[in-house]
Amino acid sequence: MSGSENITTLRWVIHCQLPAKNSYAIGMRPVAVAGIGKTPFGAFPDRDLRSLAVEAVERCLTDAGATPAQVEAFYLGNFAGPSFVGQNHLAPYVAAAAGISGVPCTRFEAACASSGSAFFHAVSAVAAGMYDMVIAAGVEKMTSQPTPKVAEILASAGDLGGEIKAGGTFPALFAMIAKRHMHEYGTTREHLAAVAAKNHAAGALNPLAHMRKNITIEQALAGKMIADPLTLYDCSLVSDGAAAVLIVPLEKARDFAGKPIRVLGIAQTSDHVALDRKASITSFAAVARAAEKAYRMAGIQASDVDFAEVHDCFTIAEIIATEDLGFVERGQGGPYAAAGCTALKGPRPVNTSGGLKAKGHPVGATGVAQICDLVIQMRGEAGERQVTRNDIGLAQNLGGSGATAVVTILGKS
Amino acid sequence: MRGTIYTETTVYSPPEAFVKDAPYQLAIVEIAGGERLTVRILGEPVAIGDTVEFVERRCDVPFFRKV
Repeated sequence: MSGSENITTLRWVIHCQLPAKNSYAIGMRPVAVAGIGKTPFGAFPDRDLRSLAVEAVERCLTDAGATPAQVEAFYLGNFAGPSFVGQNHLAPYVAAAAGISGVPCTRFEAACASSGSAFFHAVSAVAAGMYDMVIAAGVEKMTSQPTPKVAEILASAGDLGGEIKAGGTFPALFAMIAKRHMHEYGTTREHLAAVAAKNHAAGALNPLAHMRKNITIEQALAGKMIADPLTLYDCSLVSDGAAAVLIVPLEKARDFAGKPIRVLGIAQTSDHVALDRKASITSFAAVARAAEKAYRMAGIQASDVDFAEVHDCFTIAEIIATEDLGFVERGQGGPYAAAGCTALKGPRPVNTSGGLKAKGHPVGATGVAQICDLVIQMRGEAGERQVTRNDIGLAQNLGGSGATAVVTILGKS
Repeated sequence: MRGTIYTETTVYSPPEAFVKDAPYQLAIVEIAGGERLTVRILGEPVAIGDTVEFVERRCDVPFFRKV
């Protein structure tokens, strides 16, 4: 064994022997979210990508009582700006318009987990002591393209040489996941429809949601078939929107206007891009691994999580998320949702924002928007959607059919 | 080459390039040794567990049908 291997092994042993409670790696500083900002999500023909992103950043800085000149680095999640609107070099393009200049400005692309990844890396940099003030943001401008073009751009997050070439779309990939989950565990279309109806009910109460209307389970079941067994109501929305958060060391969090919320644990993981290369398609290995790491870092268990924002790009994805996160036994996600356990008034509310299903899914904005939505609940500012138990919130952001996963656990500091 | 259907779907809302084919059945087939392959299905619709056989490659996409 070489010297460097020895050191790596030693570090690993030390990490594994850390006490379970708040086991940040040695030398890492505790980190907090000191400000949040979101645009409404929806179809905004009069708004361009930059104006949406700038609005989110400005709202975030106002919320924190901070100025653009204080920001030391800008991390922007964006999936496909170059394809959707033709613009590249997006991070400095957005940052300069928001008054942030002269500092590192970097774009993160990880399909639907783009801004989850930006957030993970921003938290890592502040925890490591590199910066004291970093903005992690996310933006996508999708509705300026016709639907078939949107589908083609989204499909580029899959394996173009295999599943996409054969005629696969993201609804088709998640439909195949749903079919296998139904086969192995007896999950039903009614379970899927229950997730859609629940998330629409929450979205109807969210002033920033794209679709603010209730639907019934019967409506969801009778929806236009997209890829069997998924109907239109099983699919998330094509939206425009942006979100931003300010990340600071916990020890400095009280200097800001917004009520700080602590990052207790966070992990980003990966897997094969192609669905047919994954060991299982009824569980996302990357999510299960990220959850395990984030729980260990936070020193908590799944049962300690009060509420969550999960990546319901399709209804089946929320069902599998509740299983991969350990909220329920494998295969029980469908009955758990149908019984109302994840509803606003249920014992463990999931997607109190309306989720990607009703809040909307501007792909590159989703990961950071989930963090904003957790913070809104933890500050007690969610209005009619407010949950009663809000000490520990979890966000799960998924890229593609599970090639990237980010799990974040926040706690009241 | 034969295999077993691991999962499948019928696509009603296709990408632009496949509009003329829709609706069409897409499947993941498990072949000998456990390797999985995303394929298109010809003829009779298939369900999970069905045995299928390779028919041909079109534009580098494998097409299978029910045995």
